[in-house]
Amino acid sequence: MLYINCPHCGLRSQNEFAYGGDATVKRPELNKEISDQEWDNFVYLRKSPRGKHLELWHHISGCRQWIKVERDTSTHEIFKTYKANEAIE
Amino acid sequence: MSQDFRLDNVGMVNREKKISFKFNGKKYFGFEGDTIASALIANGVHLVGRSFKYHRPRGFFGVGVDEPYAILQLDRNNERDPNIRATEQEIFEGLEVKSVNCWPSVNFDIGAINNFLKMFFPAGFYYKTFMWPPSFWYKIYEPFIRMAAGFGEASIKHDKERYEHKYEYCDLLITGSGPSGLASAYAAAKNGARVILAEDKPRFGGSLLTSDVNIGNQTGVEWTEKIIAELKSMPNVTVKNRSQVFGYYDHNMLVMSERISDHLPKTQKYLPKQRLWYIRANEVLISSGSIERPLVFGNNDTPGVMLSSAAKEYMKVYGVLVGKKPLIFTNNDSGYETAIEFKKNGVNPIILDTRSNPSSDIITEAKNLNIEIRFSYVVVAAKGYKKVKSADIAKISDNKKELFNIENIECDCICVSGFWTPSIHLASQSGNKSKFNEKIDAFVPDKSKQKENTIGSANGIFTLEETIKDAFDKGFDVSNKITEKNNKVSAPTVVEKKSTDHDKFWCVPLPKGKSYKRFLDFQNDVAVSDIELALREGFRSIEHVKRYTTLGMATDQGKTSNLNGLQLVSDIENKVVPQVGHTTFRPPYTPVSIGAIVGREVGKHSKPTRKSPMHSWHEKNNAVFVDAGVWLRPRYYKQGNEGLFEASKREAKNVRQNVGVCDVTTLGKIDVKGPDAAEFLNRVYTNAWLKLPVGKARYGVMLREDGIVMDDGTTTRISENHYHMTTTTAQAANVLSHLEYYLQLVWPELNVNVVSTTEQWAGAAIAGPNSRKLLMKLFPNLDVSNEGLPFMGYKEADLFGVPAKIYRISFSGELAYEINVESDNGYFMWEKIMEVGKEFQIQPYGTEALSTLRIEMGHVAGSELDGRTIPYDASLEGLVSKKKDFIGKRSLNRSAFTSTDREKLVGVVPIDKTTSIPEGSYIVKDPKAKLPNPKLGHVSASCWSVEYDNPFSLAIIKDGKNMIGQKLFAMSPLKNKTIPVEIVSSHYVDPEGKRVRS
Ligand SMILES: [Zn+2]
Repeated sequence: MLYINCPHCGLRSQNEFAYGGDATVKRPELNKEISDQEWDNFVYLRKSPRGKHLELWHHISGCRQWIKVERDTSTHEIFKTYKANEAIE
Repeated sequence: MSQDFRLDNVGMVNREKKISFKFNGKKYFGFEGDTIASALIANGVHLVGRSFKYHRPRGFFGVGVDEPYAILQLDRNNERDPNIRATEQEIFEGLEVKSVNCWPSVNFDIGAINNFLKMFFPAGFYYKTFMWPPSFWYKIYEPFIRMAAGFGEASIKHDKERYEHKYEYCDLLITGSGPSGLASAYAAAKNGARVILAEDKPRFGGSLLTSDVNIGNQTGVEWTEKIIAELKSMPNVTVKNRSQVFGYYDHNMLVMSERISDHLPKTQKYLPKQRLWYIRANEVLISSGSIERPLVFGNNDTPGVMLSSAAKEYMKVYGVLVGKKPLIFTNNDSGYETAIEFKKNGVNPIILDTRSNPSSDIITEAKNLNIEIRFSYVVVAAKGYKKVKSADIAKISDNKKELFNIENIECDCICVSGFWTPSIHLASQSGNKSKFNEKIDAFVPDKSKQKENTIGSANGIFTLEETIKDAFDKGFDVSNKITEKNNKVSAPTVVEKKSTDHDKFWCVPLPKGKSYKRFLDFQNDVAVSDIELALREGFRSIEHVKRYTTLGMATDQGKTSNLNGLQLVSDIENKVVPQVGHTTFRPPYTPVSIGAIVGREVGKHSKPTRKSPMHSWHEKNNAVFVDAGVWLRPRYYKQGNEGLFEASKREAKNVRQNVGVCDVTTLGKIDVKGPDAAEFLNRVYTNAWLKLPVGKARYGVMLREDGIVMDDGTTTRISENHYHMTTTTAQAANVLSHLEYYLQLVWPELNVNVVSTTEQWAGAAIAGPNSRKLLMKLFPNLDVSNEGLPFMGYKEADLFGVPAKIYRISFSGELAYEINVESDNGYFMWEKIMEVGKEFQIQPYGTEALSTLRIEMGHVAGSELDGRTIPYDASLEGLVSKKKDFIGKRSLNRSAFTSTDREKLVGVVPIDKTTSIPEGSYIVKDPKAKLPNPKLGHVSASCWSVEYDNPFSLAIIKDGKNMIGQKLFAMSPLKNKTIPVEIVSSHYVDPEGKRVRS
């Protein structure tokens, strides 16, 4: 079970969190004309990298904040965690 | 029965306390502190089971977790506990165990015919034999395999035992209380670290309980007692026996199973059977020791052949002789310790040492004790069927290929020692890729992957002096990193006699003309010939050889077989062991009972039960409840002999004719507040929200980004910047997460806050033509006329002194209102509604009637919004704004969503107006069409229309709009029904929606 350092609450066990997928995906702006391809990329297409991955976790049984976690998908090492709107290094 | 093999005054069992137990129905006696294994051996019983494949007789091989044979089934309090290792289970008064995998009895087992048919059971037998013809699988092969497979029977009854979970944090977890565990725990604890020391056996000390050593001028046992006593007295130390750390998971989370009352006669109330510890450790020292490696020779699975260290432990710990004519077969000094122990207890052993000319203090001691020792000697084959009676032995050439002078000597047990295998399982589970140590011919942990270090013999350190010194250092170093203290205690001096030299020889060749089975994996019956066959058939990767032969795949995870298997493969392939590689260890290290994993989360405790504030009223009024997620909701209120059908029909009818009241507390409620709330709702919902006035409610639909409907509900503007959102009961939590996602990550510039208020409000829906009259009486000072409180209007008022919110919304399609009060006033509100409503023939109605009412109105719910429908499919396209953008809108333009033949919501009525259509039925054109019959769609919800007194269903079918008026068929292959139906509008009752506006 992962040990995730919530930037708001501190170290908490994984079972307090819900996984939220790739944190680098950016939703297209509202009212913007975009191609089917662009929209499909946003809705469906995700990379599944082996290694470093910036991902979203929702501290659902804690502070209810969405946070960003930089994790190695093969070793589960967590390098850094960020608040939702924090700049990523 | 007398305990013929019990030694006087030797061992650690409590001679004062005699205990009786039953094995296969027969009564035996042992002493407190005995395991089933030690007590049975004391009684001369060695036949305890039958092997997995050939049903060969099985005895005892080890003395602990590594035991591959003696797996029994425990019957207690009418419950069955399969997969009990006789070497671990302690006896208690009244214990009853029996053998598994044998029928009709362990003495006469019909399956043993497999042993004589063994030429037909080679490696890969199952893969080869049970392939053809496919039609044989269900009726012949599978039942046969099921009957033959498995150890013991699981109980199908509810397990009444109590299991608990515990979460613990520590600086240092130490897994095993042998010399390295004790030393490191002591050093770390003295340096201020919070330590947990776990021992899987009842007694602490590990090898110190049986080794003839001296530590700091004390025996191993004395030193152990001293250290444990001191550790127990320290507030920063937790010492646990009967506790197996079986799993090493991510981020230094380890799981330990503590057997609390498995060894006690009757489960005491409130005392759990087992407790599962989830331990988050800052650092871990793995001190799980090593397991003696067997030697491989003919019939080496015969009862009476066992590990020499086990024979020694049975003597020293339990005071039990495994035999009175022992043969010791060894390739190292460990066998000598066992031989000397036999000699000390008046039994004359013979030692066969594969080495030609070894020397050490302990060999000298054995010689001085006049123990017969034959060097360059091996056991060729054990003789005897249910117990060893003699052995063929022979001299072996220096190249270990030729056998000379084969002779038969009498013996009643053969104690084997093929040196030691470090238990690297936990290190491997943590991700540590082990390395091969040629000095000890075994794998040891390599680089630490997590915060783990392996110490003592688990790390391949086989001298006590080095073990103790290294463990004191590691304990200090690790604690020093955490506590930053410098209290170093010095390691004691150590005296030990045996050397760590061993012969690189494990598998005795077959004499000419003999075809003895030589077993590698004792639990899965994998023999040398099986590995040879697998290699001949072209399997090369050790992972493939393992799966093909099932080597090491039994419940003991190959604790005694892995290395001998690898050694054999490398010998045949002319490789060295590390080139062959080895398989990965996975948790659990030892079998864990399902009960312990589940813990207290059983039945109703597996999730919380949520009840509305009116729950006790429903109970008092004969409500029959239904699970709605974790909520309990009244399904119907039973009157007299009514069943579900009659009651729900009565309740629904009363809503259409008079007035009904329904507990709607469970609906999700979310407060949306902030200056940008309107803009936010406008982006979340498909319809327009910017112009909704204060005091008005609106129905809304929200989508996921992929265009699928996520949820629906009404949201009311309470004040300028305050909205009250409702969601369906099932989606409440998901909707909140969804809103938080957009507010925190996508549009953080919006100044809006959301919070769940589901539990703050109790809700009652009053519906039916009399509901306004009822409302007038409930709120005499409020203008509730159609003008004063119009459809989708909102008012705050006083309900007999209690503040209330009134929403004029309707799910039933009738004139209806929803009243919310603070939860604490819910019961009061409900009673008042029932009291005042009496004169208007009010009746409470449950979810079944609610469902009937919404279905005949054509209102969609979960069965239509099933994660596959877009607004068009559910006839909600009128709610989709063309002008503004919202979540998921762009997906609605995708070609699959704009195609004309999408499945769309319609109504379905049986032609005969009497046959109910099963939910899930397919709608087809021709019921006799060739299978698979092309389906037009499916029936999503069915009810008995109270308005027209005939069955009515909703269905989602292809090109539904144009199908209205057509005669089709509803087919339910599951219920074997084909019903002629007519497709009608989904708005079956009051299609113009006059009633809700009346
Ligand atoms: Zn948090």
